[in-house]
Amino acid sequence: MKNPFENLDKVMEHRVRLQIISVLVANDSYDFNALKDLLDVTDGNLATHLKALEREKYISISKSFIDRKPNTRYKVTERGRTAFKKHLDAMEELIKQQRK
Amino acid sequence: MDKNSDYQKDIESIRHMMEKSVKFLSLSGLSGILAGVYALIGAVVAYSIVYFPQTPFDYRNQSVKEITIIIKLLSIALTVLIISILTGYLLAAKKAHKLGVKIWTTTSKRLLVNLLVPLITGGIFILFLLFYGHYGVAAPACLIFYGLSLIQASPNLYDEFRYLGYTEIILGLISAALPGYGLIFWAVGFGVLHIIYGAMMFKKYDR
Repeated sequence: MKNPFENLDKVMEHRVRLQIISVLVANDSYDFNALKDLLDVTDGNLATHLKALEREKYISISKSFIDRKPNTRYKVTERGRTAFKKHLDAMEELIKQQRK
Repeated sequence: MDKNSDYQKDIESIRHMMEKSVKFLSLSGLSGILAGVYALIGAVVAYSIVYFPQTPFDYRNQSVKEITIIIKLLSIALTVLIISILTGYLLAAKKAHKLGVKIWTTTSKRLLVNLLVPLITGGIFILFLLFYGHYGVAAPACLIFYGLSLIQASPNLYDEFRYLGYTEIILGLISAALPGYGLIFWAVGFGVLHIIYGAMMFKKYDR
C-alpha cells in the first residue's frame, strides 16, 4: 500500500494557507482586505502566506485601483485547485487509515 | 493520533471558511417575521381602501380601474417594502455585531447584486403592467419576480431562501390563473409565508 503522507501538499500543510485556498476555491475571487477580515490574521502574516502560494503558482493576482486606492484580488489557479483536491484526498485517506 | 485530530481540525476549518466566505449569515429570522406582519397590515389597509364593505372573496364583482386607487395600492406596497428592508438591515447589523463580523463584505455586496437584478427588472415590468391596465396580473408578477430573486440570491444565503423562492413562484403562478384574487395571494405570499419561514429560520439559526 502506498503511503498517503506522500500525497500531502507541503505548501498547504499550514492552516492559514489551507484556509486561503478554501476561500478562493469557494469564491470567484477575493481581495486582500476581505481575506484579512475573514481569516482574522495580520497584514504581514497574510502577505507572507499569499506569497508562498503565489510562488507555487497556486493563486493568481490582479492589481487595480478602486477610488484611487490599490486593490489586490486573488484567484485560485487550475494548478492550485488540483493541489487542494489532492491534499484533501490525502487528509481523508490518512484519517481513514488511522481509524482502522 | 495527534496528527489525526490535526487533519480533522484542518478539514473543519476548511468547511467553516468556505461557508463563511460564501454565505451571508447575518440575516435574522425575526426580520422575516416582521416583514410578514407589515405585509399583512398593508393587505388589510389595501382591502379597506379598495373593497370594503365587500368580503374579500367577492373580488370579481368589482375590479380596480381608478388610477387613484392604483396609486394608493402602489404606495402601500412600497411602504411595506421600504419598512421591511429597513427592519432587515437593522436586525442584520445587530446580528453581525453579535457574531463579530462586518455587514458590508464581498459576500453581502454580491448577494445584493444578485437580489436586485431580478427585483428591479420585476419592479419596472410591473409598472408597465399597471400603466397598460393589466391590473389582474400585477400581484402574481410581484410574487413570481420576488421568488426568482430569492432563488438567484440563495447561494449566498441559508438554504431555506431557495425553498421560499420556489413557494413564491408556485403561488404567483396559481394567482395568475385566478385573476381578481391578487390581494389574497399577495397577503399569503408576502405575509403568511414570511412569517412561517422567518419563524423557522429564527428557531434554527438565531438561538
